[in-house]
Amino acid sequence: MSELKLLEAIQKQECERRGRKGSAEDAEGIQNIGSSLRPLRNLCALCVRLFCFSLLIGTSAHAKDTGRIFVSSEKDNTITVIDSAKGDLVASPVVCKRPRHMQLTPDRSQLYVVCSDEHRLLVWDIAGSKAVAKFELGEDPEAFDLSPDGKTMYVSNEEDSALTAFDLATRKKVYEVKIGGEPEGVKVSADGKLVYVTSEVANVVHVIDTAARKVLKNVPVGKRPRRFLLTPTGELWVTNELDGTVSVIRTSDHTVQGTINFLPQGMRREDVSPVGMALAPDGKTAYVGLGKANHVAVVDVATRNVKGYILAGKRAWGLAVSRDGKRLYVANGLSDDLTIVDTQAMKAIKTVKVGRVPYGVVIDD
Amino acid sequence: MTEGGRAFREARRTLLLAGAAACLPLGAQPQRGQPQRAQPPFRLGLLTQGDDERYSPQVLLRGFPDAPGGRSEPAAQIALNDSLVTLQMAGRNGAQLVALEAPTAAEVPASLQQLLQQGVQHVVLELPAAGVAAVAAAARGREVVLFNAAAPEDALRAAQCAPNLFHTLPSHAMQMDAVAQLLVARKWNRPLVLVGPTPGDRLLQAAWQRSAKRFGVRPIAERPFKLSNDPRERDLGNVRLLTSDREYDAVVVLDADGEFASGVPYRTVLPRPVLGSNGLVAQAWSPFHERNGGPQLTRRFLRRASRTMTGYDWATWMAARCAAEVASAYIKAGLAQQVQALRQGAVSVDGYKGQRLSFRGWDGQLRQPLMLAHGGGIGDMAPLEGFLHPRITLDTLGYDAPETGCRAG
Repeated sequence: MSELKLLEAIQKQECERRGRKGSAEDAEGIQNIGSSLRPLRNLCALCVRLFCFSLLIGTSAHAKDTGRIFVSSEKDNTITVIDSAKGDLVASPVVCKRPRHMQLTPDRSQLYVVCSDEHRLLVWDIAGSKAVAKFELGEDPEAFDLSPDGKTMYVSNEEDSALTAFDLATRKKVYEVKIGGEPEGVKVSADGKLVYVTSEVANVVHVIDTAARKVLKNVPVGKRPRRFLLTPTGELWVTNELDGTVSVIRTSDHTVQGTINFLPQGMRREDVSPVGMALAPDGKTAYVGLGKANHVAVVDVATRNVKGYILAGKRAWGLAVSRDGKRLYVANGLSDDLTIVDTQAMKAIKTVKVGRVPYGVVIDD
Repeated sequence: MTEGGRAFREARRTLLLAGAAACLPLGAQPQRGQPQRAQPPFRLGLLTQGDDERYSPQVLLRGFPDAPGGRSEPAAQIALNDSLVTLQMAGRNGAQLVALEAPTAAEVPASLQQLLQQGVQHVVLELPAAGVAAVAAAARGREVVLFNAAAPEDALRAAQCAPNLFHTLPSHAMQMDAVAQLLVARKWNRPLVLVGPTPGDRLLQAAWQRSAKRFGVRPIAERPFKLSNDPRERDLGNVRLLTSDREYDAVVVLDADGEFASGVPYRTVLPRPVLGSNGLVAQAWSPFHERNGGPQLTRRFLRRASRTMTGYDWATWMAARCAAEVASAYIKAGLAQQVQALRQGAVSVDGYKGQRLSFRGWDGQLRQPLMLAHGGGIGDMAPLEGFLHPRITLDTLGYDAPETGCRAG
């Protein structure tokens, strides 16, 4: 945030300086050039002022709560930017090779994007709509999470079967912990003391102690565990893509307390392949993308009952809920689009075309 | 094997065990909170046959589709590595691959005996059909589970089946069903069929005829071919003469050897697709498979074996994964219970094909999607969309329960 304020201040100064210069020239112009050119000069000065003004407005409006939705697309190296108010595509800048997992910085001014095929992290400035930094993340990074203080990033490295901790200030690797094959989902506990990582091959959730830098426990879950959700009630939910279920782990003792099953009407069990999840802001409702079953399940967190299914696109897997809880955004991996859902009505209201093989969704609201 | 090769193999085994140690959580065995006595490492046997022509350097060099790309031992190593955390959580102290090569089919039973004496209970068979049959007969009543990973012959899943014999490689029937499904889905119902003269070709022909009938494909003709340049029999050896019919939707070529089939695409009189033994080929794996985590497995294999992964490598990998999975899930149970669990589909493994894969109870065949692959990609995945089954869609490929010829299951 401080960086952004600085940027604003500099821009403001620059505008004021240019504005004054414009006026001075204006004054000179009256005497030297004659009256015929005056309107033009005035116009120019006005243009400069207006430009600066709009820049300022633009910056402050973009700085926070832009209402922009960002969707990463694995196959065409772009991020699609969508205006959440209108549900229209704004831009789709090419960012890096195979952008996948994304997350906002704690101050919400920047977007961290994992570029799997570049083995790097991209820092995307939301206000400036441009990349401001890139740094190495190790072999095949897939998903990540941040420590509560925003200083450390924990990344799963698919090829190395490791969880790597990076210091974001120095952009250096701090340590790595060897874990089971093809680690995927990463979640940091609220106190930052533990990191949870799934291993798609070993079918476990590794509980890693960040102080000891060691695996504390392996919790066996379903087949091909993918992503996490931490509920306010101290439950860790993990999607098991091939079992078509969600395992509920109690975080106090790291034992599996239950399994949630899904089967939308008319779909086959083998099509139910949950990956992405999102929690409503009140923490009472969870949304589970059911992948090839093309639906999103709406689950009551307290009772773990499935309240209903929302039809989305093909392979509904990347999910995000707006801050007011009214909209759910679903990235559909096999139909290259984003479904916008009215959560109250539990119905899709719009589908927006995005890049090829959309992966994750982040909302800046 | 050379001295250097042996040393390398030993080194890799040591690495395997070191990897297991690295994954061990704090406080050795936290599962169920009780310290368990560490079980010995899981030992997996891999049985190969020295005179298996398919693995001779000359045949490997030809590189025809749906043939082994080389020995699949690296795939077994990868699978054990992938299974380390699971094995270690079950209390197994790592994993070990015991690879053994029998010079000929006659020595295969003796090699099995040797493995059994070393305490191996799970054996992956990289053998031709005769070798598999010999091992299955020798293993009757013994404490061993066999996984056939290199013989697609239907007879092994029917008359020659055995209760403890499982198959991870798709059968001929499954491959031909996949081809027939594609023809029907594309509305290419009237293909021209070319069949070779060898016993292997006859097996493919039998499988094809069953599939064509099953899915309502009506070939316009079934014509014998012969690998020959003899002008006196050019009507048998010349693809243009063989394909000079007025109309056909596609050409299905059935050629176990592969040499004739490799000359069929782009040589037909009419511009029609070629399927079967060349062109579009149904196989267990293709390096072009890019969903369901496929590229990761393909890359792991490429790094270890320095070649691309074939369906045969996948079958070995899958067999080793299944063996490790059942051995950890039923660690306290006897082998009979492990066999039962596999038969009942209680054990399922992720094969990177987007579904949990399990074995069919009636003939021990692993049900699985097949890739209809060509030289530059994947045409489609079978079962194709629209082919349904009352219980499991995957059972539209191959012999279903009511059709099985296996009486030992």
